Amino acid sequence: MAMTGTPTRRRPRRSLPRALRFVPSWLFWIAIAFFVVNLLGLVGTVVVSSFGTEWFDSWLPQGWTTHYYATAWGSFQLADALIVTVEVAFVVVAVGLVLGTPAAYVLARKQFPGKKLLMLGFLLPIMVPPITYGIPLATLLYKLHFGGTLTGVIIANTVPAVPFVILVLTPFVEQIDPKIESAARMCSANTWQIFRRILAPLMTPGLLAAALLVLIQTVALFELTFLVSGPGSQTLIVDLYYAVFASGIRPEQAISAMAVIYMLTTLIVLIIALRYVSPTQIVAQAKGNEEETDA
Amino acid sequence: MSSMGTLDLPRVQAPSAQPSWRHRLRDRGIDRLLWLVAPAFLFLVLLFIYPSVYGIVLSFQPMDHSGFLGNYVRFFFDPFLRGTIGHTFSIALPASIFNVVAAIPLALAMRRRKRSQRIVNVLLVTPITLGTVLVAEGLLNYLGPRGWVNRILMGIGLTDKPLPLLHNMWGVIISLIITGFPFAFLLILSYVSGINPAMDAAARTLGAGASQRFFRITLPLLSPGIANTFCLTFVLAFSVFPSATLLGNPSGDSHVLAVAAANAAFQQYDYPLASAISVITAVVELLMIAIVLGLRSRLYSGSTATGKG
Repeated sequence: MAMTGTPTRRRPRRSLPRALRFVPSWLFWIAIAFFVVNLLGLVGTVVVSSFGTEWFDSWLPQGWTTHYYATAWGSFQLADALIVTVEVAFVVVAVGLVLGTPAAYVLARKQFPGKKLLMLGFLLPIMVPPITYGIPLATLLYKLHFGGTLTGVIIANTVPAVPFVILVLTPFVEQIDPKIESAARMCSANTWQIFRRILAPLMTPGLLAAALLVLIQTVALFELTFLVSGPGSQTLIVDLYYAVFASGIRPEQAISAMAVIYMLTTLIVLIIALRYVSPTQIVAQAKGNEEETDA
Repeated sequence: MSSMGTLDLPRVQAPSAQPSWRHRLRDRGIDRLLWLVAPAFLFLVLLFIYPSVYGIVLSFQPMDHSGFLGNYVRFFFDPFLRGTIGHTFSIALPASIFNVVAAIPLALAMRRRKRSQRIVNVLLVTPITLGTVLVAEGLLNYLGPRGWVNRILMGIGLTDKPLPLLHNMWGVIISLIITGFPFAFLLILSYVSGINPAMDAAARTLGAGASQRFFRITLPLLSPGIANTFCLTFVLAFSVFPSATLLGNPSGDSHVLAVAAANAAFQQYDYPLASAISVITAVVELLMIAIVLGLRSRLYSGSTATGKG
């Protein structure tokens, strides 16, 4: 290809070179706007429908009311579902951290035979669709009489939570200089003291990130809870699924109201999470786990 | 040898009369510290490996006593069950290919917009957080025959009658794009930020045009990341369950593997058959990932930061 123009005369750019911007600015913003408009549209229909009286063949409902929130609250036993969701989420986060943190420490610090196999084992629950291991797991839990109970739901939800904590925490541990631990040991600190006074403070950002990511995941994880839960142990999202699935029994506006309550719950968790965790981190753990699999 | 020397200074000076097998194990990396991984390992064995093995064994014990492979024979000879593999692929493949292909140019364009990055990130993380069930509930109204999409399409005269976007595979694919695209975008964005802009600048200095630089510099460097992203979005799309039952036509063209497995377990109470379908799902999905990662290993795999790999 012939030299086009006079490249030497261009002033050097501080930002990125041109080939990385072959999408014109307007096209980029149209694409993003298109996505966001549709997102707002689907969230908007739910919100509008939850406040509407009757909405058939028009842009907006004929009138506005809030009484479907009361209907939803009463007929779906939302208070119970919210309590179950909070209980499940917090226990799962706690169990995930307690089991996952020591494992992440060892995997970050040590080389030992079979380490790759162990890493693969911890990755599989995340890579395999939850419904595939969820069905045998649910079958077993029902056999052991945990099916339909809160304990069963918690057990099922910890299965992806522990590997998730390990994946998020391992890079955080790797960043901590092992010399600090050695120095503490030289000063005759025992293992528990090293963990409590050296590692835990340095790992706080990682622990926080892992906890919040597991929290988001558990609130939104549908399949496992769906397979294991019974009446009285359903989380909000499973309740919502049954409400949508059996729509027609209850007014549509009540289902929308319930969906809005679910949305508010997740958005509150998300807002708290975004204060501490950057969204690319949510995805970075997935990237890390991919690189481990084929290593 | 003292690769552990920094941690174990006092112990290295222990008398050599100590039993040596302990030392030899420690040299290979096996010592007491390894016990820390035991709880998580035990957990993995009890709650993941044991149920999986149980499911695999169960799948070879059909309820109608039709022999060892009975459930698998039944799956592959019953067109309704066999068809689920095709249905799953015809939903998961277009959705994940679209997500990745759309994410590449947008992630490249996003890269230099540092200031708007945070707000775009937050907007994109929202659908991931909302989850598939809520997206399905929203789309049921939004895409419906009297929903806003069809109103707009008819209002500007693109169609005379409402487009059938629900209760077929289109609804499922759209929901997979809404939850999967942000994921693909954020993932590719993190790979794009790992590419050193100096390489592109070098190509420009040598007189390469924009499209040449994209196809011969950026795309090859990005291809391992693209393969990884494709695998992860494919996994998400492959396990589609709530959107298939709510938005699709679960007894027709969105009768996917996950739906078939759940139906076998909770409508027919045929746990062995459900386990067999689960095994088939996992095998097919892992095969697909193995193929993509196998192709990936034939692509450039080195540092994207220096280009001296």
